[in-house]
Amino acid sequence: MSPLLNLAITVTLGLYALAMGIGLLRLLRGPSAQDRVLALDFLYVVGMLVMLVLAIRYDSSMYFEGAFLMVLFGFVGSLAMAKFLLRGEVIE
Amino acid sequence: MMAPFSEMVVALLLLASGVVVLAAALGLWRLPDFFARLHAPALASTLAAWIVTLASIIHFTVRAGELSLHVWLIIIILSITAPVTTIVLARAALFRRRLAGDDLPPPLSGHEV
Repeated sequence: MSPLLNLAITVTLGLYALAMGIGLLRLLRGPSAQDRVLALDFLYVVGMLVMLVLAIRYDSSMYFEGAFLMVLFGFVGSLAMAKFLLRGEVIE
Repeated sequence: MMAPFSEMVVALLLLASGVVVLAAALGLWRLPDFFARLHAPALASTLAAWIVTLASIIHFTVRAGELSLHVWLIIIILSITAPVTTIVLARAALFRRRLAGDDLPPPLSGHEV
């Protein structure tokens, strides 16, 4: 791992953290419930990207499994919440 | 000491993905309406995810000395799930805004939502 790649990974993780902070602001502020669900979905995707970058940082494919699970559970969670907003019931 | 060429490519790709994700977050924060904001996170789940996947593939391929494509699975799953989430969320928002009596465009076909 060269110092260049190390620095780039640090800067990238910083940019991701900044983006997640802005997404968190939208999650807390968001005028309507669907804004909050959208922000949570965005946070899931950025968290998945953080896992992929950490896989490069620590040279381990275990992080890949984590990213994969985050995609799947983010999808299930967002879909359940959107369904709840639509009907007031998750399963009908 | 010069870093290997592949590491420079990976570093550039990662920085580019960071900028794209930040643009998506700014869009999520600055756009005026929910239906406008719905567009912003797609930047993170398409372009940024593709760039990071490319960087990951390059890094692990160079590191292992053989083609390692397993990260590609994430792109496939993400490109199936992201549009579904967006459409269901848009329908939910449309339903709720109409229920609240907002002035939104009427349904295309005659029936109610």
